[in-house]
Amino acid sequence: MKTIVGYADRWSATPGDTIEFKVSTYGAEHYRADLVRIICGDDDPHRGLFCEEEIEAPFNGTHEGRTQEMAAGSCVIVPQPAAAERLASFTVQAWIYPTLPGGHEQGIITHWDGAASCGFALVITAAGMLALRTGNGAIHELSLETGLESRRWHLVAGTFDATTGTLGLLLHRLSSEAEAGENARASGEGGFRPGSGALVIAAGEAGRSDHFNGKIDRPIVTGRALDARDVEALAWSGSPHEREPAVVGAWDFSQDIGRAEVTDAGYHRLHGRTVNLPSRGVKGFNWSGREQNWRHAPSEYGAIHFHEDDHYDAGWETDFAFTVPATLASGVYAARLRAGDDEWHVTFFVRPPPGTATARLAFLASTATYMAYSNYRWHMSEPFAEVAETFWTTLTPNDVFLQEHEEFGLSTYDTHADGSGVRYASRLRPVLNMAPRTPLWSFNPDTHILAWLEHRGFAFDVITDEDLHREGAGLLQPYRAVVTGTHPEYYTTPMWDGMRGYLSQGGRLAYLGGNGFIWRCAFSDEWPGALELRRAEDGIRYRDEEPGEYYLEFTGEYGGLWRRLGMAPQALVGVGTVAVGFDRSGFYRRTPESLDPRVSFIFEGIGRDELIGTFGIQGGGASGSEIDATDARLGTPRHALVVARSEGHSADTWLVPDETGFHHSAMDGVQNPDIRADMTFFETPSGGAVFSTASIAWGASLPHAGWQNNVATVTGNVLNRFLDPEPFAMPAGTADS
Amino acid sequence: MYKVDPRRMDLVAEFMDQPGGPHSPELTLLVNRLRLLPMAERVVLVKTGAGDGWRLARMPARGEPVAFADASVFEDYDDACREVFRRRWQHVTGIDPGRGDR
Repeated sequence: MKTIVGYADRWSATPGDTIEFKVSTYGAEHYRADLVRIICGDDDPHRGLFCEEEIEAPFNGTHEGRTQEMAAGSCVIVPQPAAAERLASFTVQAWIYPTLPGGHEQGIITHWDGAASCGFALVITAAGMLALRTGNGAIHELSLETGLESRRWHLVAGTFDATTGTLGLLLHRLSSEAEAGENARASGEGGFRPGSGALVIAAGEAGRSDHFNGKIDRPIVTGRALDARDVEALAWSGSPHEREPAVVGAWDFSQDIGRAEVTDAGYHRLHGRTVNLPSRGVKGFNWSGREQNWRHAPSEYGAIHFHEDDHYDAGWETDFAFTVPATLASGVYAARLRAGDDEWHVTFFVRPPPGTATARLAFLASTATYMAYSNYRWHMSEPFAEVAETFWTTLTPNDVFLQEHEEFGLSTYDTHADGSGVRYASRLRPVLNMAPRTPLWSFNPDTHILAWLEHRGFAFDVITDEDLHREGAGLLQPYRAVVTGTHPEYYTTPMWDGMRGYLSQGGRLAYLGGNGFIWRCAFSDEWPGALELRRAEDGIRYRDEEPGEYYLEFTGEYGGLWRRLGMAPQALVGVGTVAVGFDRSGFYRRTPESLDPRVSFIFEGIGRDELIGTFGIQGGGASGSEIDATDARLGTPRHALVVARSEGHSADTWLVPDETGFHHSAMDGVQNPDIRADMTFFETPSGGAVFSTASIAWGASLPHAGWQNNVATVTGNVLNRFLDPEPFAMPAGTADS
Repeated sequence: MYKVDPRRMDLVAEFMDQPGGPHSPELTLLVNRLRLLPMAERVVLVKTGAGDGWRLARMPARGEPVAFADASVFEDYDDACREVFRRRWQHVTGIDPGRGDR
């Protein structure tokens, strides 16, 4: 069982940077930490590939263990609501769209002081009813008997009239062309004395518990008890503080989309901040459907979608820090933590100082993809997972741990407890699948490539997606060649542009993976360490994106597949995703184009009829898992050569949704001629070149037969030529005249 | 929905011979049917650590700790898959299929 986990405040560091490590132990009083360089993270004992190198570091040694807590659940905190602390009578109201009413209490707007039993709390009860709780030393509660409907907009309000000592509740569910609305009211006796501390939207006292699931729009606190007509009038008003002088706070969520700030549009300026990255840029109660882009109609996107399992920054205390010395070579490293029989690696990447390179070759670590998959639990929640991935569910020790620690958050493949898709993933928490000794997906299989580079004696630097996002083509420019990992799936626009810039300036890219350059994602300076994804329209989405909410909050860009954005990966690397299949992999057969002298360097030492990659750790072949193919319509360069094409795919390998407009009975790898990996090469006009293996499984074939095999030969041939300064020449008839 | 025929020991035998496939079209239907049991009714595998073998557990509900089904440990992955198949078949048909008719 797991007894220790941890994370670092950064994944990418350069000499001089200080990395802070945050550790939590479970039952262990002490643990040992050591700096290690990760060479191969595949720990299957039958393969004997696992390899790490211990390195002297000041933090090496025994440390005291402690358990650190992580709180999930998003809300808005208004830290100093002075005007709310002077209330006598009040009305607290909001539009709400509950997505999981009932089960436990959920705060809508609360200003509650539990120790003194005073304040107010407008809540959904565990029974799914609207309730108002007030306190004046004694606790008074009024509840409706009409339940709240899931995924319907309701206007809700709670009032207290100090002159009569009367509590009131109001609920109005909006009608539609098909459904009748509903009104409900209640009143009773009560008492009220203002609370102190933070005013909270979407959670209970201090935002520590009772998190709300669903959307809230236009929350308003007013310093008198309004009647139903006035509540309605304020609810529909764009400037409630101008309509009603007693308004204390009127929070306008349509401002600050993409940011943590929450603006009180009223005169008291009771501004707040969101906690744990709830979703903004979401449809409000008044969404008309005429606009899909929150930037074009922000007033119709004035809601925030909160979840009890939102997360951002675990905020753990630092246990030890490490300043990267200038003597530490670029590479993949970890603080290896050992407690009892358990071991955990806090993995990080050391790059050269910005603007410099210490090798001619760079390995571009797919940290955006590692982040998107962080703490992936889809296989434990999706009923179709076993048939989609052709397996019997097999839980790992990390899965077992995550089941007991839901607060560690979800991946962008998962759904929240309310069924909505997870849009944000953060690295500011323990990420249990971004480490060696984990299943061969995302990070860990990339260490097959790293280990092979090391075995073959290629000197290389390690750089990351976040570096590319921040620095663009300038990060890549010092390198004669760049090699990807097995699955560089997620790209921000600056990353995409950086790669385009590098290739347009003579760079050479060896794309040693599959299903790469597929989804547009986003980073934000407002939320460092987090990634946003909206799986619009198409592709293997794992879950449906909410219609009308396809524009990214972080950037305002349209989310989804790069292919659907008119910028298909075929135009960047020659190939794009066509199929997935996880049971068995295929192999490559050389094409007649492979005899072209332009690509003779790729096949040195390979026989004309030799099958390539009939072996491998992932499905027994080099072409599999997720595979790509050329498509001239999507931008594969006219002069690109498909030098080898895969065969032998299984009946459980399927076309991806973006490859078909109509499902049919011949979409599998046995029947469908479009299911193949196209090993592709092309030169660029500036003397550069691109080589794509078009398969995730490629890297897992490199270790075969003691690293001596034809997959390794092809890869080595490509890298040797890509590192040669001799420019590539465009084939005759294609150069600019 | 495909109905599991408890008399089809030939399909059980085919699976037991080659749990990792490839499977005949009819066995594929059967395996898919067993893989589409309601989540709460599924017996699943738990890899307890590198080289430590596989154990059996009930698929946990969201946020529910993993509970092992029993003390059995399988050193061989294919054997572990055979046992998952056997238990899910038995769950659907009420009959222990053993290793089929071969």
